[in-house]
Amino acid sequence: MNLNIDVKQPEERYSVMTLEGEVDAFTAPKLKEELLPLTEAENALVEVDLGGVNYMDSTGLGTFISALKSTKEHGSRMRLVQMEDRVYRLFKITGLTEIMEIDTSVRGGM
Amino acid sequence: MVDTFDFVEVKVPAKPEYIGVVRLSVSGIANRMGFSYEDIEDLKVAVSEAITNGVEHAYSGEEDGELTIGCGVYTDRLEIMVADHGGSFNLEQVKEEIGPYQQEDSVEDLREGGFGLFLIDALMDKVEIKSEHGVIVLMTKYLHENEVGRDGDQVSTSQ
Repeated sequence: MNLNIDVKQPEERYSVMTLEGEVDAFTAPKLKEELLPLTEAENALVEVDLGGVNYMDSTGLGTFISALKSTKEHGSRMRLVQMEDRVYRLFKITGLTEIMEIDTSVRGGM
Repeated sequence: MVDTFDFVEVKVPAKPEYIGVVRLSVSGIANRMGFSYEDIEDLKVAVSEAITNGVEHAYSGEEDGELTIGCGVYTDRLEIMVADHGGSFNLEQVKEEIGPYQQEDSVEDLREGGFGLFLIDALMDKVEIKSEHGVIVLMTKYLHENEVGRDGDQVSTSQ
């Protein structure tokens, strides 16, 4: 019932955030606090690896909406990768797959 | 025919750290009842959304901040009630705010919250919200979905 957040910066303006655990109202504030600053550099690319996320609800969706807004404001990009089918389903139901960059070529949790 | 059921009640402080605890409890009950993996995942999200709402109300209000979660375990369905005894709740406003993202909405207008009730509605078979004294969300998931009409899938409200 926790969320581990690991951030690596392989290149300047390219960060990879790897998440492991559950995103809910308890863990989402911490995620937001770590994710938003990464999106605030111009031309930055933020890749979020969701392969280890086995649970997410609307508080997680809200966090990614905040981050997406921030990318639009600062001229950066965010890409969500390795999303499990269950988590992808929530993005699909809420219509967020239409506006978020989600790499579905590799899915986690298979 | 008498519709007998087991009742499980859990009370937790209205704090975010207890959402996962309730989620696990409900998941355990649903698992025992024989729900599929997918249905259990749906139940976990729906219950968490209802509790998250309750936690937010409790934080904005000044009441004692305790949530009551009741599970009615029937042979064919699981009924879950989430009650907060906190402040009031503008139902009309909530109804206006729910719904999926629409193509024509701009990213700037996107709500960061507000998907909660929409997800409960999408993931459960029946949802009722009562807001007389605090807010009560009553939601039902049937064990065999094919026995239930799809038209039952909507939010009904009573004040």
